[in-house]
Amino acid sequence: MIAEIGLAALWLAAALAVLQMVSGALALRSAEGEANPLAIYARPAAVMQALLAGLAFAMLVWAFAVTDLSIKLVAANSHSMKPMIYKLTGTWGNHEGSMLLWVGVLALSGGLLALFERRLPERTMGATLAVQGFVALGFYAFLLLSSNPFERLPVPAIEGSGLNPLLQDIGLAFHPPTLYAGYVGLSVAFSLAMGALLTREVNPTFARVMRPWVLGAWVLLTFGITAGSYWAYYELGWGGWWFWDPVENASLMPWLAATALLHSVAVLAARDALRTWTIMLGVLAFSMSMLGTFLVRSGVLTSVHAFAVDPERGAFILVLLGLYIGGAFTIFALRAGAVAEGKRFSFSSREGALVFNNVMLSAILAIVLLGTLYPLLTEAFDVRVSVGPPYFNPASAMFAIPMFLVMAVGPLLRWKEDSPRRIRFEVLLLAAILIGVIGLVSFFGQFALLPLLGLGLAAALGVAAFLPLRGRKLTRVPVATWGMVLAHFGIAVSLFGMASEGAFTQERLAAVAPGGSDQVGDYTFTLQSVNPVAGPNWTAIEARIAVSRDGGTQVILTPQARNFWSPAQSTSESALLTRWDGQLYAVIGNQAADGRWQIRMWWKPFVTFIWYGGLLIALGGVLSIIGRVRVDMKRRKAVSLGDERRADPEALGTAPVPAE
Amino acid sequence: MRSRLFLWVPLALFAFFAGLAGYMLTQDKTEFVESAMIGQSLPDFALKPAFDGLPGAARSDLVGGQPRLLNIWASWCLPCIAEAPQLEALQAQGVEIVGIAIRDRPEDVANFLARHGNPYTRIGADDISEVQLAIGSSGVPETFVIDAAGVIRYQHIGDIRESDIPILLAELEKAR
Repeated sequence: MIAEIGLAALWLAAALAVLQMVSGALALRSAEGEANPLAIYARPAAVMQALLAGLAFAMLVWAFAVTDLSIKLVAANSHSMKPMIYKLTGTWGNHEGSMLLWVGVLALSGGLLALFERRLPERTMGATLAVQGFVALGFYAFLLLSSNPFERLPVPAIEGSGLNPLLQDIGLAFHPPTLYAGYVGLSVAFSLAMGALLTREVNPTFARVMRPWVLGAWVLLTFGITAGSYWAYYELGWGGWWFWDPVENASLMPWLAATALLHSVAVLAARDALRTWTIMLGVLAFSMSMLGTFLVRSGVLTSVHAFAVDPERGAFILVLLGLYIGGAFTIFALRAGAVAEGKRFSFSSREGALVFNNVMLSAILAIVLLGTLYPLLTEAFDVRVSVGPPYFNPASAMFAIPMFLVMAVGPLLRWKEDSPRRIRFEVLLLAAILIGVIGLVSFFGQFALLPLLGLGLAAALGVAAFLPLRGRKLTRVPVATWGMVLAHFGIAVSLFGMASEGAFTQERLAAVAPGGSDQVGDYTFTLQSVNPVAGPNWTAIEARIAVSRDGGTQVILTPQARNFWSPAQSTSESALLTRWDGQLYAVIGNQAADGRWQIRMWWKPFVTFIWYGGLLIALGGVLSIIGRVRVDMKRRKAVSLGDERRADPEALGTAPVPAE
Repeated sequence: MRSRLFLWVPLALFAFFAGLAGYMLTQDKTEFVESAMIGQSLPDFALKPAFDGLPGAARSDLVGGQPRLLNIWASWCLPCIAEAPQLEALQAQGVEIVGIAIRDRPEDVANFLARHGNPYTRIGADDISEVQLAIGSSGVPETFVIDAAGVIRYQHIGDIRESDIPILLAELEKAR
């Protein structure tokens, strides 16, 4: 029954998406003032759809929780012997389940938008909901026609075939749902952008409606990428935190676009400028999340993540991509010329700085996009290439460095027009820090250029982040400004972690016999023993390694090489020793013929700052949402109070009707 | 007019990407890693029996007499269940099949053979995939044609379907 309820809910939700689309489109077509009788269904359809899609997802979770092996998806991806938490997270650790999660979040955000958003003109809202319904419909069709998660097996399986061991980790509980919610949040931004473009309502009100969605999506993406990076770092056992893998890039690209969008929407909300550019970024951000979905699931690129390699599904997503993005860009090309130009501003102003950084972010996005798709292009000519850090690092740094420099001073500038001379002191201070740190570090050793620049920039940015607070009464600084300060400081912290990891990491690969010792950085490590251990669905060899720093107290690290039997796969479980100033990272490898074990050790100074920074950035975003929403609520309340005051005398018939 | 044309650029770029991606989707993508050992002599090995019912397998068991099939499989491998009837059909045609069970347990091997039939004359237990790696096999199941001189003549990747039987028989004939 579970599967049938889920499937029925999914079909009903799809039907409601059609209603939402048609009804929204009718609202768009109806002239100002007179409402089409069918147009009123768009909002309730969106809300109901959210409930049904949520129900379908809940049913699938239930099926996984009880390991219903008559359902193909459960049999193929779960196992009755798995711990409960991984049964649940296994729901979205596969293609169909994750698509259902995606659709569920999409419907939920559409429902929330329909339920709470009353500021936009009804026509714009109708167009927005129509687009949202259209987007959702495509995904329902994809699920129902080609990736049915509730498909039954003719004969129930005796036992499930298990979840990919790499996914049997707590990371799976958070990483995909947050990323999906982020991607999908961008779909709302996309729908709003299309709605505003179709009705030519690209104005500050629209920007204020869009901003919390963009911010929310951006926070979730930031968090998802941070969590994903840390997960890959400790789970893959390769000691790196970012591999420029196509799927990592697929999550980075929407983030870059969303970061640009976030800043341009702020300009639109505050200054009524950058209208077309904001719409463009709204389309681009969602395109990037769709593109990510396509790259991951079609198997056109080789990646450690590709989990549902299936050209047919790829073709389906490509068609959806064509409809959404092709359609959006066509409407953009036809309509954007009709959107009136926004307010002008001079280059040396806060808008100017934001535009500069928007361009830099877009350039980095283009670099990453090109690098990710380049293998696809060359393979069309039968040349297999793999694009890696030697391309991505310098090419993106080329634009990131000027961006960081402008980011340091941008928030200090005034809107519309400002003189650079006014912030002379700050600029000189930051330049002194930058040069000072670089000089100091290079005095102590030979380091690569990029980490060196990164260290200097991180120091300058760290100070610059707090400069906007200078001379202000801290209790009166708006919450949103604190959000910005925190997020910018997070960038500095993260950059410091990256640069420090790049510059100061020490690595030791040693073959050690039990009882033997070796050295990495300040640490001495001794391999005490190697023992077999067993878990719920794996066996492993576990090394006991005693480490001590400068001869201090010993700590035991226990890296494992695990063998899962369902499905059969081996993974490497690194062991980490976290200290405030870095991490010791231990991996056990194979046994050599003479009985010695390969031990790989890294000392990574301040590597954890990469993820602390990511969390700070996300936290800054959260603060910003809180601040913006609070201000919006106040404004709404003031407007409705004003309406009431005007309405009262009108009702009494005493006062003249105020001119609107 | 120039600014208008500029607005079409995103669409043009997207169309180019969509065309490229669509073209790439229609291209066959071989995920298989072919063995570099084809045409080479089988490396030396000697594996203990995978379970009590049949002897283990060594290189010497595959050399001399008729060409044989060397089947890399495992009881935990689902496609191996699918190919079991095809292996029996080959055996019925008089083909000798030597098995190598990858990372397996004796009781599981016995269960598998009891349930899905036993086409093998010998099964060696390759607990650490050493033979599998040495002959250039990257997964289970895979099947190799070994001629009388012990040279690897042909590699079949993945489960053997009914349509593959004539191909394998022809390869065995060629190796004669």
